[in-house]
Amino acid sequence: MQAPLEDVTARDARERADQDSPLVLRGMTVAYDQKPAVFSVDATFRSGKISGIIGPNGAGKSTLLRAALGVVKPLAGRATFFGSTLARSRNRVAYVPQRASVDWDFPARVVDVVAQGLYRRLGLLGRFGREHDGMVMAALERVGMEDFASRQIGQLSGGQQQRVFLARALAQDARLYLLDEPFAGVDAATERAIIKVLKALRSEGGTVIAVHHDLSTVEEYFDEVLVMNVRKISAGPVETAFTPEALDIAYGGRLEPGMRVPQKEPA
Amino acid sequence: MNGADFVAFSLTPLLIGSLAALACALPGNFLVLRRQALVGDAISHVVLPGIVLAFLVTGTISTWPMLLGSAAAAIVAVVLIEAIRRFGRIEPGAAMGVVFTAMFAAGVLALEQSDTSGVHLDVEHALFGNLESLIWLDATGWESLLDPAALAGLPPELFRISLVTLAVVAGLAVFWRPLAISTFDEGFAKTLGLPVRAIGLGIVIASALAAVAAFDAVGSIIVIAMFICPPAAARLMTNRLGVQVAWSAVFALIAAVLGFTLAGSGPAWFGSENAVSAAGMVGTVAGVILACAALFGPARN
Repeated sequence: MQAPLEDVTARDARERADQDSPLVLRGMTVAYDQKPAVFSVDATFRSGKISGIIGPNGAGKSTLLRAALGVVKPLAGRATFFGSTLARSRNRVAYVPQRASVDWDFPARVVDVVAQGLYRRLGLLGRFGREHDGMVMAALERVGMEDFASRQIGQLSGGQQQRVFLARALAQDARLYLLDEPFAGVDAATERAIIKVLKALRSEGGTVIAVHHDLSTVEEYFDEVLVMNVRKISAGPVETAFTPEALDIAYGGRLEPGMRVPQKEPA
Repeated sequence: MNGADFVAFSLTPLLIGSLAALACALPGNFLVLRRQALVGDAISHVVLPGIVLAFLVTGTISTWPMLLGSAAAAIVAVVLIEAIRRFGRIEPGAAMGVVFTAMFAAGVLALEQSDTSGVHLDVEHALFGNLESLIWLDATGWESLLDPAALAGLPPELFRISLVTLAVVAGLAVFWRPLAISTFDEGFAKTLGLPVRAIGLGIVIASALAAVAAFDAVGSIIVIAMFICPPAAARLMTNRLGVQVAWSAVFALIAAVLGFTLAGSGPAWFGSENAVSAAGMVGTVAGVILACAALFGPARN
């Protein structure tokens, strides 16, 4: 039996959008100890946009990101990067993990951490030359951390550590940047510095996807959102997807009035 | 002590002790940074039943059966730890503690029951090593280092530990970047496409190899001091991974050389005739180094 014409066109359009998209998630499901943390999430992130993954604590936002990247193993579903597998797209994908996920007492200087972003370029034994030094310093300059290059990472403030993580991702020179709570626990200056970098990446044609929990800054920072709480609740441009109804479902009515009002003015 | 005596009685124990300390301290850096110091402890303990079993099966204490036996014991231990953790609902540290003490105890029992009188494998040796016995009887002086006949009489333990140390150093040099990245940030390492599980396993295997090869020198108990003390002290000296690993090598060598020398000559300074256990002294010196680093190391904060 032949499918109706409209369905075929719609499917074609969707497939074309999926081909162009830097990241498509289909049926992503992740469980910890038999309890679903993420259940059957579909999402298509659009190229050249800054997208936010929004939801309450424990909504599975970080888990979704980590599952897409293969950091945790999904129970079901798949992630498609640039119309292909992650394995074939690694040079185009950069990841900024949650700052709290590593031990900052590790014996490393700021430059050592940023240089990790050059690993796929250098390989096992490639010589770390002057041009690589230049890439590390350029990445540090973009986040305003060039003066801290030889500091031990444990001596940095939380905001500075977050900027070092972003610089490492910048050194990867990717097309898609995935950030896990980049604004969590950082000072206002760092927050401004990070969003400036993310907007610059967008204007260079890059795509940014960030897990985010501060509802007051969503409209200011993001072009598109995925609102979720274990399941997807809404997705699309901020104007249509970041609605009181969607938030009501996501936060189970626990959202207090005024939480969406920006709480601080950019200085 | 004249040259001939030194070469015959001190040179090979010093070399074997130093290489053993080095082979353990290098992977120990990564065990400590990964908060897996207990893994080193576990490995050093399960090596014993592995070696005893290999001896019971083959009747010799040659290199390959020992290595295979230890490797088998290490695998059994890993599987048991995972099984207990999963089915016993016990946290990993406790599961590890249960498995390695139980296997070690079984090793001690097997060692006591077995007839090992004909060979040099007894409880004391297994626990504390026998560095002093690894002498080079064919040596007549420094010139023996160029004499093929005398060289053939070098203790076989020297070749074993040299080989393992070389393998550990080579592995470290080649896989330095993946080791450093995956130790610092495993999630990020995964997104780079690094095989983080294989890297973690590689560190454990390298540690197991080092533990087996160091068994003769310092025994299964004091091996743990070589895994932990030099890297832990080195961390207090610097804030850079490469420098830390270099410091750990220096501390390991100091512990081995100073420990062996003090054990042999130290008691005489206090008017005692008897030398003390070299392995015990090596472990003690390693502990003292750690204490000094903890008190005076420049990167303590």
